Amino acid sequence: MDLHNSKAYTRRVFLQQGAALASAAVTIPTFLQGAAEALAQTPGVHGSRPGVPDERILVVVQLAGGNDGLNTVIPYGDASYYRARPGIGIREEGLIKLGSSRTERGLGLHPRMGGLKSLYDDGMLSIVQGVGYPNPNRSHFKSTDIWHTADEGGTGDGWLGRFFDNKCAGQQGAGCSGHEAIAIGRTAPLAMQGRTSRPIAFESEDLFRWTGLEDSDSLVHEAYEQMTSEQPSNAAPGSAASFLTRTALDAQIASDRIRDAVGVRPLVQYPRSRLGQQLAMVASMIRAGLETRVYYVTLGGFDTHARQGNVNGSHANLLAQFSQGVKAFWDDLKAQNNDGRVLMMSFSEFGRRVAQNGSGGTDHGAAAPMFLMGPNVRPGVVGDHPSLTDLDGGDLKHTVDFRSVYSGVLEDWLKTDGAGVLGRGYRPAKVVRI
Amino acid sequence: MKPLEPAEFGFDQARHLLWRAGFGGTPDQILTLASWGPGKSVDALLDFSDTESYSAPSAREFDGSIMRPPSERERRALQQARQEQNENEIARLRRIRQERQREDRRQVRDMQRWWLTRMIESPRPLEEKLTLFWHGHFATSYRTIENSYHMFQQNQLFRSHAAGNFGELLYAIIRDPAMLAYLDNNENIRGRPNENLARELMELFSLGEGEYSERDIREGARALTGYSFDGNGFAFYPNRHDPGQKSIFGKRGEFDGDDFVTAILSRRDCSEFMAQKLYRFFVAEVPGDRSKRGRAVANVIKQIASDLRENRYEIRPVLRRLLMSEHFYDPSNVMARIKSPAELVVGTIRSLGTPSRDLGTLLSAMDLMGQNLLFPPSVKGWDGERSWINTSTLYVRANVANYLVTGRSPAGMDPLADDRTYDPMGLLADLRFGAERDPEAVSDRLLRLALGASPSRERQWLIKDLFEQRGTIDAESVREALSLICAMPEYQLC
Repeated sequence: MDLHNSKAYTRRVFLQQGAALASAAVTIPTFLQGAAEALAQTPGVHGSRPGVPDERILVVVQLAGGNDGLNTVIPYGDASYYRARPGIGIREEGLIKLGSSRTERGLGLHPRMGGLKSLYDDGMLSIVQGVGYPNPNRSHFKSTDIWHTADEGGTGDGWLGRFFDNKCAGQQGAGCSGHEAIAIGRTAPLAMQGRTSRPIAFESEDLFRWTGLEDSDSLVHEAYEQMTSEQPSNAAPGSAASFLTRTALDAQIASDRIRDAVGVRPLVQYPRSRLGQQLAMVASMIRAGLETRVYYVTLGGFDTHARQGNVNGSHANLLAQFSQGVKAFWDDLKAQNNDGRVLMMSFSEFGRRVAQNGSGGTDHGAAAPMFLMGPNVRPGVVGDHPSLTDLDGGDLKHTVDFRSVYSGVLEDWLKTDGAGVLGRGYRPAKVVRI
Repeated sequence: MKPLEPAEFGFDQARHLLWRAGFGGTPDQILTLASWGPGKSVDALLDFSDTESYSAPSAREFDGSIMRPPSERERRALQQARQEQNENEIARLRRIRQERQREDRRQVRDMQRWWLTRMIESPRPLEEKLTLFWHGHFATSYRTIENSYHMFQQNQLFRSHAAGNFGELLYAIIRDPAMLAYLDNNENIRGRPNENLARELMELFSLGEGEYSERDIREGARALTGYSFDGNGFAFYPNRHDPGQKSIFGKRGEFDGDDFVTAILSRRDCSEFMAQKLYRFFVAEVPGDRSKRGRAVANVIKQIASDLRENRYEIRPVLRRLLMSEHFYDPSNVMARIKSPAELVVGTIRSLGTPSRDLGTLLSAMDLMGQNLLFPPSVKGWDGERSWINTSTLYVRANVANYLVTGRSPAGMDPLADDRTYDPMGLLADLRFGAERDPEAVSDRLLRLALGASPSRERQWLIKDLFEQRGTIDAESVREALSLICAMPEYQLC
């Protein structure tokens, strides 16, 4: 293969000959270049701490619409809970009690969250109480932006986008593969939109590919393969055209790898719910060893203004979907022996008001608990439940700023400077054990 | 700046002009401009007020009262409910407010459709292109201000000054409710100044970072105190204004906002900053570091700056000279920019004559590609160029183009959204093909139309091969060829 003749270089040849040629080739897929550099620099792919590989993964689960935190982690020991929620309060008999330590006493999980309780019992769940931010905004739109940007005005780039901007600035090394951030969904969340870094977003793997390949014959397929893998002879090195060709090649490879990855049957049975299917895709991509550091999935429908139910009903069904999906995900990761690489974090843009409203539902509120999951979390309940009587206009007052939780994840899990990503320093919440 | 020799102006130059001073053109439009020569072509694009104005779809239906401030009665009702701790009443009033916000978000989506339609259909493409330029320059986002009508008014302001006077626009922007809200100037009050607008007015809108002192910001902010809005109009509140002595750029006076703008416009840095912005938008990306710019580029930017000063910031004559210059058509500046999502979507429709299809689908795709109209990511606007491109956006780009050509909806979008058949044969007729169709000639013409002057040999073989293997050049095979061409990495260039 003549490496100086760019035409001779095609993806197929590359994949056949492998990464050994990476440093010499004219146009190299970024991820292979990164991998080659990483191999050259470090003796092994895995890190120094036994059982904790350096390539750590964060999975974010957004519960969109404003999850009712009070009916998720239930303060059954506080009579004012039942006074405020005569119709929708969850009775003590049905719920899953957490334990008897100081922070656990009087708390229970919603009865439909058995899966989450088993994670809790295995020391894989951390519940951070009373998470919110000052001057809470009760617009879905605005509050979601605030959580995504980690900015009180809800403006600027996404916090995970900034993480990748910083990490990948000026270099395309390991972890900056062109598919370092993947969101499952039709649109990419603001949280992952950086100044320069953008996540891959797809609802199903079939969509992360050129739609011209559908219903077309081998002639079109071959032409497409050829044209996305060869550098046009008139593209000068360093030009926009050569940058585009290189990115197209990266995209082609990411697309192939992602579709191969999720085409494999998961090791465990997932629930057929939307979230279950999304998490199954994420687990398959982790199993396939993609260079992706952050995955993002979303479960919507938490805007329960009316008839949200209690032990059963619309809110209960959402919590069950969440709990079952998450449980299957962790079973899968354990079976893959990848659980030690992964941390999962769930959040919602706000909690809901303490008192139920006139329609058997709850209106937009403020603080709520956050969940962190994985074998490396600091398990248990972190912090006290916010007071149900000392309220801010009918809403819980937050005791933990969500940016402290982000900071804990950034510093202790992703091993990066939290202040560099969040714009200023927040005391990292101690949510990660190692 | 040496003007281009009229003899040098052919198909490729006309094509380049149409892309940069608009959103691309059909073969017919390109050939017409080529026959006109550079002078008449640039005049036709630039003197758009001579072109019939374009009003559809109607903007009159936009409702300016959705986000009106609460009336005295509504304010009192809320106050009373709070005093009485009437939680149900507070919740009810909050729900009414939320319903209005929902309605306003619907309206801002209608406005996005309205603007995108204008870009696609307007007989004055440069007017819309410049409106987009100003939107990126004076970036204001609906996300922050949550008032669609203010966004609409600002958009109309940009349109009315599109190729007009930059100075006038700068005086107008410190009176624009959307901008005043976006940069918090409604909270800029004597004794408690808010410096947001004063800072960005210099850093991002006129002078560039480092061309002013922190003191200029502080004093400029004092000059802007009391500049606010009431409902949909500008309001100056004398009791919030600080009338005292200020010192801006070393000059002293009892300056107000207009004096501050006047002081900015008199700075040489202002013309240089705007020259560079115009160059980046119309010609090519340049290094931020001036010492890294080539001599020819640096000279042209200097010349644009001096033209701006000479013409007292009238944009039209400055653009006329630039768009007629030899430098603008230099091969190193052709196909040198990466299309913005708006240019990609609108340009594909306008240059290939595809159906415009479902606007909601196109807008979602633009959002995925990083350009959500009326929602720029920050006051810095869109970074543009290479920041548009990554592994994910490239697929969205290829798929949205494929949607326009074939009707097959892009990733995750409504599969039934406007899938009517596109007939590309008009394109071949425009490219002056008769009954005899030679695969090599057809592929060459299609590639020249879509990829500019010099498509590579590989691309020519690829498309020629396709026609030869299909054994026919009909609507089907031309559509196939076009969707392949639109998926080529270099289709992202213009």
